[in-house]
Parts: sequence; structure tokens; C-alpha cells
Amino acid sequence: MKNNLINRRDFVKAAGAASLVGTGIFASGCATIGGAAKPKVVVVGGGFGGATAAKYIAMWSERGIDVTLVERGDAFVSCPMSNLVVGGSSTLDKISVAYGGLDKYGIRRVKGEAVGFDATAKTLSLADGTKLPYDRLILSPGIDFMYETLPGLATGEAKNRVLSAWKAGPETVALRNQLTAMKEGGVYAIHIPKAPYRCPPGPYERACQVAWYFQQAKPKSKVLILDANEDVVSKKGLFMKAWNGQYKGIIEYRNNQEIQDVDARTLSLKMSFGEDVKADVLNVLPPMRAGNIAAMNGLNNSNRRWCQVDWLTYESTAVPGVHILGDSLQIAPAMPKSGHMANQHGKVCAAAVIALLTGQTVNQTPMVANTCYSFIDDKNVVHVASVHRYDAAQKTMVTVQGAGGLSADANALEGVYANSWAKNIWADMLA
Amino acid sequence: MKSQYLLAAYAALGSSFALAQTVPAPATVDKNLGRNLAAQCANCHGSNGKSVAEVASLAGVPANVTIQKMKDYRDGKLPATIMHQLAKGYTDEQVALIAQYLEKQPK
Ligand SMILES: Cc1cc2nc3c(=O)[nH]c(=O)nc-3n(C[C@H](O)[C@H](O)[C@H](O)COP(=O)(O)OP(=O)(O)OC[C@H]3O[C@@H](n4cnc5c(N)ncnc54)[C@H](O)[C@@H]3O)c2cc1C
Ligand code: HEC
Repeated sequence: MKNNLINRRDFVKAAGAASLVGTGIFASGCATIGGAAKPKVVVVGGGFGGATAAKYIAMWSERGIDVTLVERGDAFVSCPMSNLVVGGSSTLDKISVAYGGLDKYGIRRVKGEAVGFDATAKTLSLADGTKLPYDRLILSPGIDFMYETLPGLATGEAKNRVLSAWKAGPETVALRNQLTAMKEGGVYAIHIPKAPYRCPPGPYERACQVAWYFQQAKPKSKVLILDANEDVVSKKGLFMKAWNGQYKGIIEYRNNQEIQDVDARTLSLKMSFGEDVKADVLNVLPPMRAGNIAAMNGLNNSNRRWCQVDWLTYESTAVPGVHILGDSLQIAPAMPKSGHMANQHGKVCAAAVIALLTGQTVNQTPMVANTCYSFIDDKNVVHVASVHRYDAAQKTMVTVQGAGGLSADANALEGVYANSWAKNIWADMLA
Repeated sequence: MKSQYLLAAYAALGSSFALAQTVPAPATVDKNLGRNLAAQCANCHGSNGKSVAEVASLAGVPANVTIQKMKDYRDGKLPATIMHQLAKGYTDEQVALIAQYLEKQPK
């Protein structure tokens, strides 16, 4: 209990918050004399879902709940906008945000690797042996890759040659460097796994960004999209228009391109059907599943890949007291694995966790909305949007009919709005 | 109109009863609904409606202004890249709750 030593000012604030939200705030079973022990929430993952949940629990409970955020990274690096770094119109610097902005909410930040939890003792374990006690645990670890399906990428050396760059950071820059080093007239190939994967339009946006770069710097070079899916998974009409228009002769799209393995030495793909495909820069997005901390601890109760939750609280249907957000979820119909969506999960979960810890009723009519902006070049953008509501009969999220839709055409005004979206959502998570 | 006045009068009467009897609020009224719904707009309009970039702030905007704009987006009377599609996702009651919450947020 040594973490419960809080100073008098904090105590007065906590007491104030408690009177605002009702005395139920101390009803979590670990109240000590004077109410010094606030309910504890531990969040794993300072990405779109986790950072949002941490901030909103601290903000909405007015510090009535003690929030700890565990993150392995030093700073947040955004996947959205990272394709612009690959294309060369942005830099890693511009898509990175420090975690310090969360300090003003009283959130305790712990840099470390979460490795497991004990759902009975209610503790989270870190790699360095630290154990963090919680009343509610929230996991938003994003995705991890199913490398077991691609033996050719088993070694670190192979992974460095054939990048995914599907978690923004050093790999994003490394892929950019492979492209700038590539000879004029070379081929960049991107392999897309079968859906579901993180960010449905993301691979097609990346193909556009690489093509845009080639157009400026290496006009004889080609982009080859090898898609394991039957068809373009997202914004098909809008992307096809660009591939048959401004990128005609640069981008080639092939569907039903399942692979058996990758040969990192020769930079080639061993296809399930037909001849091997060789490239000069080979970018493979391996099949994905829930992040390790969720997948390794029995929370992946959907095909052993994704995690099922109660959509009112985001509490795992496998382990009580543990909530899961973002890409790790088994999605509801038409709900993409996106940062926008993970941010919205974070807020519904924050409201529910506060309610659960303070004896209030959980909102029975949650809604979430999604928007994914994709850059066709350095300025012109297209979007897809949808609104989702909880359906009590089906116990899942369903789309609101008649709402949402696509851009009519790629346009520069939405380029401005996409940049604005990024700044606002980063601030909504981290400032 | 008449029935609304009656309702208001009734509510006023009722409140003095409520004081005496401490009638609990009906379970369907969730005081955080406006806050929770408005949080969905924050991805683009900023936390609590305070934007840090090009898209407009909604914090501190009179509720009737936001309500009217949402109606106009829904009905195609205001030009939009995306709001016409999002506005159709919310009922009038939900828009009113959002607008009232945002009105109270500091600019
Ligand atoms: C190229 C690309 C473009 C994209 N573009 C868009 C877009 O335009 N719009 C959009 O909405 N979405 C986009 N996405 C998708 C978006 O990035 C994800 O959907 C989003 O990041 C999911 O949020 P999350 O919270 O689930 O995971 P993340 O945001 O990945 O957060 C997970 C965090 O948890 C940390 N973590 C994981 N495990 C542990 C552990 N055991 N211990 C400690 N820390 C841990 C990680 O370091 C990470 O910071 C894009 C993705 C890619 C790859
Ligand atoms: C995906 C980003 C996005 C989301 C989410 C979003 N908006 Fe908007 N909003 C915009 C953009 C962009 C505009 C400018 C008009 C346009 O192009 O659609 C706008 C304009 C507006 C305006 C007019 C502002 C002004 O000063 O004229 C209002 C009001 C508004 N939105 C309300 C809302 C509400 C309420 C929500 C939440 C239910 C919401 N918006 C969610 C992007 C968004």
C-alpha cells in the first residue's frame, strides 16, 4: 500500500471529487481510513485506445480515480500520417507526441513492458518484476504479428530486410530509406493479408504515397499491390480512380494473392498459386492478432486471435475486471480497426469504468463513430465515415442506417481537415 | 404550447414534492449522456469542443446555433465535406444534449 501515500492537497481534491460523483467512489473494497485509497485503474498501452481511456478517466472523475499508464515507448508515434513519412512529405518528428501532457491530469506514467496479470489478486506484472495493483485493468496493446505463419521472417535479420512498418517508429524511417536507396526502375511490392487487419485503407494509402514519391523522384519505378483479399477492402472506387488516373502505369493491383512464405534473402514472395514474385523493396504486412499481453493471457476468445468484450463496458467476456480496447478487439460488424475507433472505445470504456467504480449505472446507449482519412498524394484526401449505436437486442454495435459515407472525390480541403483531425485527436489523447 | 406550460407548472409543483419525498430520478435519465455523446465529436473538434487546429471549436457556442447547424447539415442546407454524413447519425434529442453540453464548456 505504499503507493497510497498521497499528500493532503490531493486528498482534499479527491474528497471533493467523491462528493461530486457520490460517496460510492470509496466503495471499491480497498478504502482505508480517511478515504486515502482511491479506486485504481491501470492502463496498458499509451496508443489511441489506452491514452484516451487514461486521460478521460482522470479528467471525468476529477482525479477521484487513481490512474496509472504503462507504456513501453518513450513517446507516442502515430500510425495515422505515418504513410506520409514513407512517401517523403512528412517526418517522424511531426507525427510524434510526448507523453508529458498527461501529467497535469495526475496520471502516473510507468515506462515498462507489461507481461501478465493475476485476475484474482488483481495485479499487473511488468518485465522488471514490478507488480501494479488494480481494481480495473484496461488493455489497449494494439496488434502483434503472426510470424508463425511466415517462417521465412523468423530471424531478426529477415525482419529487417522485409519490413512491415505497420507500427509507426524506426521501421517507418527504415522503409523510407529502402525506397530512397532503391534504383530507378525498381519495383516496390506491398503484400496485404486477409482482413481483418489494422487500418483497412492503410495499405492502399501507402501504395499511393510510394507512387507519389516515385512520380517525383524515380518515374520509371513501379508499385505492385499484392492483396490476399478478393477485392480492395476499403474505399475501392476512390483508390481505383487514383490508380487508373494520376498513378496509371505506376501502380498495379492484383487480388487473391495469398502467400505461403517470404524469402528475405532474394526479396521474393512464395505465392500459394503461381510463380514467385520478386521486388526491389518488399513490404509485407503479416497476418495480425491481438497484442501479446491480451493474446498470451487467455483474452483472445475469438478464433484465438481477437478479444470479445461487452460493448457497454469493454470488459472482456473471458476475464472479469479486465477491459480491452482498440485493434485487439473482435470487431462488431462494419467497425474498422482504426485509431479513431480506438479513441472512441477509450471514452465509452472510461465512462463505464468510472460508473462501475463509483456505483453509478453504466450508460446503456453508447455510440461510437469512425472516420478514416487517406492521403492520395501529399495534399488530396478521401474519407470514409460511419456512426454506430449499441443494439440491446443483439448486444452488439450496429451502424446507424443512412449515416456515414465516402468523399465524392479526392480533394485538398479534406487534406486540411485530415491534418486538423490528426492534431485534434493527438491532443484529445495526450494533451 | 399550452401543454408545455402545463407540464412546466406541473414540474415546478412536483419539485416541491420532490424535496419532501426525495423521489429518485428515473433510471433512464443519465446525466452524463450529453458529455459522453459530445466526446465523440472531440476527435475532430477537440477535447470538450476546444479545437487546436483548423476545424472549428464548438466549446462555448450557444446550443441553438449548434442545433441549427446540425439540422442544416443533415438536410443538406450547409455545404460540408463530412458533417452531412455524421449529422444523420444522431437523433434530435442526442444533438440537443451534445449542444447543451458543449455550450457550457470554456472557449
Ligand atoms: C500505416 C497506418 C496508417 C493508419 N492510418 C490511420 C488513419 O488514418 N486513421 C485511423 O483512425 N487509424 C489509422 N491507422 C490505424 C491505427 O493506427 C490503429 O487502429 C490504432 O493505433 C489502434 O489503437 P490501439 O490503442 O489499439 O493500439 P496502438 O495505438 O498501437 O497502441 C498500443 C500501445 O501499447 C503499447 N504496448 C503494447 N503492448 C505493451 C506492453 N505489453 N507493455 C507496454 N506497452 C505496450 C505500444 O507501445 C503502443 O504504444 C493506421 C495504421 C497504420 C499502420
Ligand atoms: C471526422 C471529423 C469530424 C467529427 C467526428 C465531427 N466533425 Fe463537425 N465538422 C467537421 C468538419 C470537417 C467541419 C467543417 C464542415 C465540413 O466540411 O463537413 C465540421 C463542422 C461542424 C460544425 C459547424 C462549425 C461552424 O463553426 O460552422 C458543427 C456545429 C459541427 N461540426 C458539429 C459536430 C458535432 C456536434 C459532432 C459530434 C457529433 C461533430 N461535429 C463531429 C469534422 C468533424
